[in-house]
Amino acid sequence: MRIIKLVSSAPVIALTASLLLVNAGVMADSQMDHSEMDHSKMKHGDKAMDHSAMDHSKMKHGDTAIDHSEMDHSKMNHDDKAMDHSQMDHSKMNHDDKAMDHSQMDHSKMNHGDKVMDHSQMDHSKMNHDDKAMDHSQMDHSKMNHDDKAMDHSQMDHDDKAMDHSQMDHGDMKMQGGKAPADARDPHAYSGGYTLADGPYAIGGGRQLKLLDEHRFYAIRADRLEHQFATDSLAFELQGWYGTTFNRLAIKLDGEVSDGKLEESQTDLLWSRAVYSFWDAQLGARFDTYTEGESRQWLALGVQGLAPYWFEVDVTAYLGNSGRTAIAAEAEYELLFTQRLILQSSVGLTAYGKDDAINGIGKGLASLNAGMRLRYEFSRQFAPYIGVEWMAKYGNSADYARANNEPTVTTSVVAGVRFWF
Amino acid sequence: MNDNKFKLPASISRRRFVQGLAIGGVIASFPHVVRAGSSFKDVVRAGSSFKDNAATGSAPELSGKVIELTIAESLVNFTGVVRTATTINGSIPAPTLRLREGDEVTIKVTNTLSVPSSIHWHGIILPYQMDGVPGLSFKGIMPGETFVYKFKLQQSGTYWYHSHSGFQEMTGMYGALIIEPREQDIIVADREYVVQLSDWTDDDPMKVFSKLKVQDDIYNYNQPTVRDFFRDLSEKGLSSALSKRKMWQEMRMSPTDLGDVSSAVLTYLFNGSTPLANWRGLFKKGEKVRLRFINGASNTFFDVRIPELQMTVVQSDGQNVHPVTVDEFRFGPGETYDVLVTPQSDAYTIFAQTIERTGYARGTLAVADNINAPVPAVDPVEWLAMADMMGNMSHGGSMTEGAMDHSQHGAAMPMDLSQHAGPAAAYAKASTQVRHASTEYGPSVDMRVDTPRTNLDDPGIGLRNNGRKVLTLSDLHSLENVIEPQRPEAEIELHLTGNMERYSWSIDGLEFGQSTPVHMKLNQCVRVILQNDTMMPHPMHLHGMWSDLESESGELQVRRHTIPVQPAQRISFLTTPHDVGRWAWHCHLLFHMDAGMFREVVVS
Repeated sequence: MRIIKLVSSAPVIALTASLLLVNAGVMADSQMDHSEMDHSKMKHGDKAMDHSAMDHSKMKHGDTAIDHSEMDHSKMNHDDKAMDHSQMDHSKMNHDDKAMDHSQMDHSKMNHGDKVMDHSQMDHSKMNHDDKAMDHSQMDHSKMNHDDKAMDHSQMDHDDKAMDHSQMDHGDMKMQGGKAPADARDPHAYSGGYTLADGPYAIGGGRQLKLLDEHRFYAIRADRLEHQFATDSLAFELQGWYGTTFNRLAIKLDGEVSDGKLEESQTDLLWSRAVYSFWDAQLGARFDTYTEGESRQWLALGVQGLAPYWFEVDVTAYLGNSGRTAIAAEAEYELLFTQRLILQSSVGLTAYGKDDAINGIGKGLASLNAGMRLRYEFSRQFAPYIGVEWMAKYGNSADYARANNEPTVTTSVVAGVRFWF
Repeated sequence: MNDNKFKLPASISRRRFVQGLAIGGVIASFPHVVRAGSSFKDVVRAGSSFKDNAATGSAPELSGKVIELTIAESLVNFTGVVRTATTINGSIPAPTLRLREGDEVTIKVTNTLSVPSSIHWHGIILPYQMDGVPGLSFKGIMPGETFVYKFKLQQSGTYWYHSHSGFQEMTGMYGALIIEPREQDIIVADREYVVQLSDWTDDDPMKVFSKLKVQDDIYNYNQPTVRDFFRDLSEKGLSSALSKRKMWQEMRMSPTDLGDVSSAVLTYLFNGSTPLANWRGLFKKGEKVRLRFINGASNTFFDVRIPELQMTVVQSDGQNVHPVTVDEFRFGPGETYDVLVTPQSDAYTIFAQTIERTGYARGTLAVADNINAPVPAVDPVEWLAMADMMGNMSHGGSMTEGAMDHSQHGAAMPMDLSQHAGPAAAYAKASTQVRHASTEYGPSVDMRVDTPRTNLDDPGIGLRNNGRKVLTLSDLHSLENVIEPQRPEAEIELHLTGNMERYSWSIDGLEFGQSTPVHMKLNQCVRVILQNDTMMPHPMHLHGMWSDLESESGELQVRRHTIPVQPAQRISFLTTPHDVGRWAWHCHLLFHMDAGMFREVVVS
């Protein structure tokens, strides 16, 4: 359908204006937060646009789909006459039942020339686009020219349909993670086939310049090194790593010392590889020792990283001898009261696939623990803390504990230090 | 480099650490060969005997066509603790070299360190063998060796020079390089001072870097707290307080991640003087004073102002610009600005607070030695805005990418004709379509910006609406004869990337070690698009050729050697390499460079 020189161009202009509001409607449905929107570069030239009293309140497009897809407004010319839409009433328009597809509209050559458009009395407040999605995605406004004329939206009334953008979910924008699309840019496309080691003007002798991205670093950190008052024992949780940014050898030590004896310990020796922005995959072995019991060895496969909302998470699955399986999970969250006074909350669980009576471990959920530790960071690397740790045994594990006259639930005040270097 | 660390008996307070010592700086300088046979005690004694010769304040000046420089270890004391620095001719900053445009200069550099060293002439157009990047343009200056730099000066203005080896720059190897114009300088002043700002750490820089690798926010003491939350809650209500935090929490990003390092580990220097030492420049009332500001810091953006005195910016990165009068400007490591001021009162403070708002460098302009002006308080920390994370929000969200672009109304009109004019106009304007590299989807990258902002008129976080007129890139326009007309024949898009949690910095998600060079053809004009997919500004320094910044609408605007790219910003510049060779191209935040935000450029 081609429209060349409308006798009266009023409907077309009204339609254009309504599209603006249609957009707004679509956005409202998808719950966007426009609070930071920057229109600072929209340019409407010298004049004010006044749509202040637009009334499309009862627009109705009835039962028929309207396809404007082939509309070409390119030769519209409003040069000579002022358009006054001030009395337009679209109040009975209804788009309820049919989808409108404006996707191919080309407004690129519209020219509003010398005259002011006054949409000041238009009322779109009762337009209803509820049922159908409108796809404007292909609209090209890039060459619209409003330079000389002006649109004043200052009186637009959105009252009846409050637009709530506060729930906008930017998750859709995929600012993080995700898979590279097939047409993603090749980062080596500009190399002309040369490498850092060879090609013209290379200084020879292989690649000479190495930066810290190829350096190996290390860290040793004691997340917990504490006295547990209830059991009068020393508990420790140490981690260390050595390697580059993306490939590291990691070691995790957990254990308890009482009466000067290492009661039990768990050592994970892992290859830790960065797989996602905030997550490492870990593969290796775990070694358990008990003063009274039998040592156990396991294969370990886990993930460690940072979940949204800053939860530090560490989950590992284990496969042991004679079909033993186990899972251990831990999560931590930190709350800064001040820059140095920090409350760390933690929860953890262990579960096993088989009874291990000699070590006091039962099938199923074996234990849950939760702790709160308040530390003061004299430096980011050294912080003494006090706190409380609660631990409960369940199922067969609890039965074994009872049989040994051990408590199934312990709550202990703890005091210790946290440090790294 | 740090085997000589020991503490003076006196314990130092935190305040002293930040403010530095009133007297201080380089207390002794000695070549490595002398030190080699000495015990610690000898070193102390040597240090003591030189104590009165503190070579700080304004650096000595060297001029002529033949210059001799010696790289050595020196003892310094900025904060009450004696440390070993690497220096050039025994001073911090290094001597100011005052050379002349058109001269062929010979600079003999002798390395007395026990490790290789180098000097890079920042912003100078020269043959690549003279550029001074070890492992790239030459093999470096070996211990005990003298390297002779020889090149013809084809430009004039304010530049600087520094080591390009390891962290030597951070431990004292930086100085001003002034090239007087062959003809009369069109910038006329009654007197002039070099103001070189820098940062100093008492720690081993490698240790500082390693700590960031373990805990990226170790030096950030402005993190959001529960207290902040309750303040927002009482002032703005629950939903506002929650929504202010929601996205940061969801994305695992910190809204106060303004800089990696802070005054927790740095002391800021003004011509080698701590804030307490208070560098001083004298003037007579009514004189026109030219200040040549050089940011020679390792990792610090400075926001510079002189309360009660407006500055007229006349040069940036050594190249003259149309004068623009401002109250304040921000600049990152590698950038320079020349300003003219006409002081009328008795004293002024030149105040340079750091971008993360934990400290400042400061000096005094006064009519006499004993007069000072008040020192302003450091501005409060401002949280990063959505624009710093997402760029241009006007059409983010449900719209299909590129479908509606209102930003081009009006401004883009002149380009429309050329777009139909044939293949020559294929690169008439920087492409706006965001093209992330395939390697930006891995563990090296923690965010990508899909709707970058392209405007140049944002002064940046902490400077928006602060009541002062702050310089922005959009204010800078080279004088007419500075940039030769050029048309790009190719376009290169690179994204500045990082993962703060892992403390990894890269380009297109690839650290230097994983990368391949960027190839440019000799004498062919290329458009470079830099998009910042991080929440920090990066001063990108391209060696060996100019970076001619384009305005948002595609006009050539200002000639630079270091282009600061703001968070979530996408900018473009043209460059035409006129010298073959291998060149470095990197973020001039030293830690970012060393972490891998570095590319090699091959020109052939």
